[in-house]
Amino acid sequence: MSTKHSRSLARIMVAPAVFALLVWMIIPLSMTLYFSFKKYLPLRGGDLGWVGFENYTRFISSSSFWPAVATTMIIVGGVLIITVVLGTLIALLLDQPIWGQGIVRIMIIAPFFIMPTVSGLIWKNMFMDPTNGFLAHIWRAFGAEPIQWLSHASLPSLIMIISWQWLPFATLILLTAVQSLDSEQLEAAEMDGAKPIRRFFHIILPHLARAITVVILIQTIFLLSIFAEIFVTTAGAFGTKTLTYLIFQRVLESQNVGLGSAGGVYAIILANIVAIFLMRIVGKNLDR
Amino acid sequence: MPRAVTTQKKILNSAISWALAIIIFFPIFWIVVLSFKTEGDAIRTPIEVLTSTWTFDSYAVVQERSDYFKHFSNSVIIAIGSTLLGIIIAVPAAWSMAFVPSKRTRGILMWMLSTKMLPAVGVLYPIYLIFIELGILDSRTGLVVILMLINLPIIIWMLYTYFKEIPAEILEAARMDGANLRSEILYILTPMAIPGIASTLLLNIILAWNEAFWTLNLTAAKAAPLTSFIASYSSPEGLFFAKLSAASVMAITPILIMGWFSQKQLVRGLTFGAVK
Repeated sequence: MSTKHSRSLARIMVAPAVFALLVWMIIPLSMTLYFSFKKYLPLRGGDLGWVGFENYTRFISSSSFWPAVATTMIIVGGVLIITVVLGTLIALLLDQPIWGQGIVRIMIIAPFFIMPTVSGLIWKNMFMDPTNGFLAHIWRAFGAEPIQWLSHASLPSLIMIISWQWLPFATLILLTAVQSLDSEQLEAAEMDGAKPIRRFFHIILPHLARAITVVILIQTIFLLSIFAEIFVTTAGAFGTKTLTYLIFQRVLESQNVGLGSAGGVYAIILANIVAIFLMRIVGKNLDR
Repeated sequence: MPRAVTTQKKILNSAISWALAIIIFFPIFWIVVLSFKTEGDAIRTPIEVLTSTWTFDSYAVVQERSDYFKHFSNSVIIAIGSTLLGIIIAVPAAWSMAFVPSKRTRGILMWMLSTKMLPAVGVLYPIYLIFIELGILDSRTGLVVILMLINLPIIIWMLYTYFKEIPAEILEAARMDGANLRSEILYILTPMAIPGIASTLLLNIILAWNEAFWTLNLTAAKAAPLTSFIASYSSPEGLFFAKLSAASVMAITPILIMGWFSQKQLVRGLTFGAVK
C-alpha cells in the first residue's frame, strides 16, 4: 500500500528516535563496562589502570553484597505479594456494583501519583515517627509501646510504604482485566452450582493470569531500582541496603567507580533477565 | 462483568470498599489536615490535631523560607519540557511505524522497550561524568534531556498503540481522493490522533514530575525540582511536620488532579499495550 517515497520518508521519521535511544544506550553502557575493568577512584588518584575482572569478584565477595541481594529480594517479593493479592481482591470488589464507585476508585489510585520522596517522608515522619507519628499516638492510645518502625522493623516498614505506592498500579491493571471477563461464563458456572471459591480459582484466576504476570514483571523492573524511598527514610541503614542502593553508595558516596560499575553491570544483567520475560508477553500482544 | 446482586450484598460490598478506600487515602488526607495546623499542634494526638485551630501559616512559611516557587517552576519546566521534546521526537516515529510498517518495525519497537528496562543505577556514573564534562550538572537542560530519554520508549509505545487504532482504510480513501502526505497528516491524521497525543502528554508529565532518581542525583540547589527539594526535609531541624505537610501538599496536588484524569491511559501507558 505504501509507495517507495513514503517508505523512505518513514525511515527518516523514525531516525531521530532511534538515534536518541541508541546514543543513550551505547555511550553510558560502554563507559560503565569500561570503568568496570578499571581501578578508578576519582578522589583518590583517579585512573589506576586495568584490573581485569577484579571488580566483579570483589563486588560479589564484599560483605555487603549478599545482604543487599537478600534485602532486594525481600522488598521486591514482599511488595509483589502484597500488591498482587490485595490488588486482585480490590479489583474484584470494585467490579461489583457499589455506591460511589467513582470516588472509591479515585481514592484508591491516589497514592500512585504521589512523588516517591513525598511518600517516603510522609510515612517516615507523620506516621512512623516513634514519638509524634500518627501510629505512635494510636499505639499509645491502646497503652502499647510505640514501635520504632524504620529502625527496628525497617524492612516491613519499607515494604509497607512501597506497597502503598504500588497497590494502585496493580489494582488498576487487574481491574481492567477483570472488566473484560465474560459474565455469561460466570453466570453459567453459578447456575451449575459452582461455589464462589471454585469460580474464583477455575474461571476468574485463569482469566487474570496474563494481567497478573504483566503486573509482576513490570513491578519487578521498577522495584529492582527503588531508590528515593530508601534515600529519604533510612538512607540504607538498618539493613535496608538494596543492590541499587549499594551501587549508588559505591559510585557516588565512596567514589569507587570501578567497583560500582561492576555492580552496575550485575544490575543490568539482572534487569535484563526479568525484561526478557516481559518482552515476550508484550511482543505476543503486538502480533494480535 | 456487572451482574445483578441483592441490595444486601451491595451494602456489604460498598462498606468494605469504602473502608479500604479510606485507609488507603488516609495518609494524603492527614497531611492536608496537618498542613493547616501550627507546628505545635501538628505533633499532638490525632483528636487534639483535629480540634485545634486551623491556619495558613505553614504555607506562607514554606514559600518565604525556601524559594519554594523556584523549585516548583523547575518541576514544571522539567516535566513539561521533557514531555514536549519527547512528543516531538516520538510522533513522527510512532506515526511511521504504525502506518508504514516494515519488516524491522517490530524489532525496533521491542528494542526501544528494552532501553526502558535499563536500570538507571547501572549508568549513574557515566551520566554524572558526561554532565560534568558538558557543564550541565544541576541544570534544567540536563534533566529535560535525561527525562525525555527515559520516557521516550513509553511515549513512542503509547502513541503507537493509539495510532494503530486509527483505521488504515481512512488513509487509503484519502489517498484515492488525491490527498498528498502533507494534507493526509494535517487534515486526517492529526484530528484523529489528538486524543491519543493528549493522553500520552498527560501521563508522561506525571511520570516526569515524580521521577526521583536522576532528579535526586543530578541536581543541587539550582535546578532541583520538587522531588529533590522535598528530600531536603529528610534531615529535619526542630518542629517541621506542618511545614513538610504544606510543602508536600503543594507538590502533589497538581499531579494528583492530572493523575485522576489519566486513569485509563495509565494502564495502557505502563503496560505497553499488554493490558487494555
